[in-house]
Amino acid sequence: MEKTEIPLLEMKGISKDFFGNQVLNDINFTLHRGEILGLVGENGAGKSTLMKILFGMEEILQTGGYGGDVLIDGKKVLFKSPEDALRAGIGMVHQEFSLLPEFTVAENILLNREPEKYSVMSELFGKRLNTVDRAEMQRRALKAISKLGIELDAGKRIQDLPVGYKQFTEIARELSKEDDKRDEGASSLRLLVLDEPTAVLSEKEAETLLSAMHMLSEAGIAIIFISHRLHEITSACDTVMVMRDGLIIKKVPAKSANVSDIASWMVGRSVSTERVERKVEVRSDKDILKVEHLKVIMPGEMVRDVSFSVKEGEIFGIGGLAGQGKIGIPNGIMGLYNAMGNVEFDGKKVTLNAPRMPLDEGMAFVSEDRRGVGLLLDESLEWNVAFAAMQIKEDFLKKIGPMKFRDQRAIEKVTKEYVDLLEIKCTSTRQKAKELSGGNQQKVCLAKAFALSPRLLFVSEPTRGIDIGAKALVLSALRRYNEEHKVTIVMVSSELEELRSICDRIAIIQDGRVADILPATSDSTEFGMLMVSKVNKEAN
Amino acid sequence: MKKFDLKELLVNNVVTIIFVVICAVSIPISGYSPSYLISEVITRISRNSFLVLSLLIPVMAGMGMNFGMTLGAMAGQIGLIYACDWNVVGIPGMVLAAIISTPISIILGYLCGEILNRARGREMVTSYIIGFFMNGVYQFFVLYLMGSIIPIASQSLILPRGYGVRNTVNLIGMRKSLDTLIDLRIGGVQIPIATFIVIAIFCVFFLWFKRTKLGQDMRAVGQNNEIARDAGIKVEKTRILSIVLSTVFAGYGMIIYLQNIGTLNTYNSHSQIGTFSIAALLVGGASVDKANIRNVFLGIILFHLMFVIAPLVGKNLIGQAQLGEYFRVFVSYAVITLALVLYEMRKRRAAKLALMEEA
Repeated sequence: MEKTEIPLLEMKGISKDFFGNQVLNDINFTLHRGEILGLVGENGAGKSTLMKILFGMEEILQTGGYGGDVLIDGKKVLFKSPEDALRAGIGMVHQEFSLLPEFTVAENILLNREPEKYSVMSELFGKRLNTVDRAEMQRRALKAISKLGIELDAGKRIQDLPVGYKQFTEIARELSKEDDKRDEGASSLRLLVLDEPTAVLSEKEAETLLSAMHMLSEAGIAIIFISHRLHEITSACDTVMVMRDGLIIKKVPAKSANVSDIASWMVGRSVSTERVERKVEVRSDKDILKVEHLKVIMPGEMVRDVSFSVKEGEIFGIGGLAGQGKIGIPNGIMGLYNAMGNVEFDGKKVTLNAPRMPLDEGMAFVSEDRRGVGLLLDESLEWNVAFAAMQIKEDFLKKIGPMKFRDQRAIEKVTKEYVDLLEIKCTSTRQKAKELSGGNQQKVCLAKAFALSPRLLFVSEPTRGIDIGAKALVLSALRRYNEEHKVTIVMVSSELEELRSICDRIAIIQDGRVADILPATSDSTEFGMLMVSKVNKEAN
Repeated sequence: MKKFDLKELLVNNVVTIIFVVICAVSIPISGYSPSYLISEVITRISRNSFLVLSLLIPVMAGMGMNFGMTLGAMAGQIGLIYACDWNVVGIPGMVLAAIISTPISIILGYLCGEILNRARGREMVTSYIIGFFMNGVYQFFVLYLMGSIIPIASQSLILPRGYGVRNTVNLIGMRKSLDTLIDLRIGGVQIPIATFIVIAIFCVFFLWFKRTKLGQDMRAVGQNNEIARDAGIKVEKTRILSIVLSTVFAGYGMIIYLQNIGTLNTYNSHSQIGTFSIAALLVGGASVDKANIRNVFLGIILFHLMFVIAPLVGKNLIGQAQLGEYFRVFVSYAVITLALVLYEMRKRRAAKLALMEEA
């Protein structure tokens, strides 16, 4: 790789906070022409914020900008919008496709940049009545595709293409931009950011993509490649950069790094949440929940084939990277998303796809979507705490003749109890749920589940979006509830350290399958390896 | 390649198939002669095609069936009232009516488009209600203001009380002036060649329009607003333009429709034109997000063939001709309901299939 004196991109001392919450801290790195930089890190490590800064995304400016300098060709730049970044020759391919299914490949590549042919009507009614020059469109699309070194029929409709080719179409769109007549000073594509491009690809498609990346790199285009597939990073990249907690942990030549090193850099944490040891042993040898070949159709969180069993009294953790299917598991078992497979609770088969059944059996669920599924936002705390119990167990009801009435006093009493127990900050038990902070809302969700007095409790992402103090409280409340009421808890979380702090065993989910189940005391590197390495599909 | 699937084909075209069956069964019962039916169908095509064609552009822009075409019909009628008032007859009268209707259609279409941009995802029901609302405004203008504040010269147009336009406006000067512009009879059946030429020009225009940048943008917007916006397409403006174009063409369509009929029912002619045009398009196999020229003509033939034969079938079966009129309204709404329900079902099933495939 030829390296010019001045790097194409240099980031100097970049820092960024969102309302006091530091997400990037003193980021320094350089990127040269044609260099492929592999960027890895857990969800929330700061990768996407860094890319948003590079792209001048609005939300960065709206939240007070960033600290430090971005230099292109050694000159300081400040992108105010993605258009500015585009003009400087930076392109990005997002994780979600922005393709129109009924348009052809060529139409998508040149979307809103179609070459036009003059038409007389345009004199009367304006430029939009010029006709689209289809031949030229085809030519430009093919030119962009050929730069990727792949075969792709530009006349095919997107909806008929396998997913890998959709990815290529997106990249070709970025490449085709150099043919546009653009204002002076605009440069053709020089830096391409690929955000987890291989996550949805089959192995063969991924290989093609990696070789396409090499072709681009040889043409002098630098690439930032964000991926969780570490073997791809080590084989395709020149340099590997590992981020964790808003810092660059390591930046090394890819040749000198191996997959297990990178995994440990990713997850190893200097400051970890203290593991809380059990005070009382409530676990028994009995399996209370048995899941066999569970398949859940939940968009973005597909569960493909998951089997595990949970012991009575245990706190069972389910971890893994975002989008791998861990959230689909409780949602599927509780009947919120279409599920197939065999689930047994306390020796009885659980009817799937019927939300009432698991509740009646004594399971409860604290959803990750607390504003959508978890809470009645416009209702009081009392209602929120008691609602599910009234519906499912007919608690808090007075019977007078054939009619059932709410037992206001009992509701008030139980809500007060939980407010004290969970330290919910509120003005009164009549306050509306939407007026509480995120952490306190989460506590109300827990109270609602506790009020059902379940035998097994699913909690999904219980600490997402809440501050550190509230986090610790929620975690210790779960542990206490487990020990005092001998309730089995299945906790799903993206934060490994959080799982390790209170769980007994942790299953790591990868690509909709169980990668392995380990005791929570295992080394974090082992968990990291499970999250990023490919699951051996035959073994499942 | 997708495998040819007979069941899929039947399910996707169930509305059209029902109509083919109804017509096939009813024609022998009605006892009409083939030449009568053919001449009727030719009349209906010349009368309704332009109106139904005006619906195609909003479908392309993803706004569904434009019930707001009623607004264009009102504009066309106002144009005709003035052409009559100024006693301009024949083709010049129609052209004058079209010229008067155009700015009114543009204003109404723009308003309608603005409102629909604020009611995204519920365009059809919103445009339906806008039609009712604007009907009130139209009545206010035509029934109270014309002849009092807005000058109308011809006394024969004005209600005896001194203001307001009469319930029926006789378009005798314009009657069939376009249809008979080029006189052609085949076996006693009069063929409205000039009208067909106008319709053909509109079809060619539509095909050309699809290939323009604006047409391309509309197709992009129709598939996904967000992706189109990210690509820099002005989504709101494009959507408004599609409604404006549809309204303007609906106005012209109404003028062609009424010159064939020969009388203008001032307060009724426009009221169900949207419903009948949309029902015809749906019978032709169109759906809320897909419609083409073939759907227009197939739909008009089947839908109006049923209209023509229904009274006699009713009479021959149970001795009542009113059944036809009853049938006509009932079937129109039934067709629209069925098509909308099928569309939703199909969309949901496709989404589910896509998810299943991914898993």
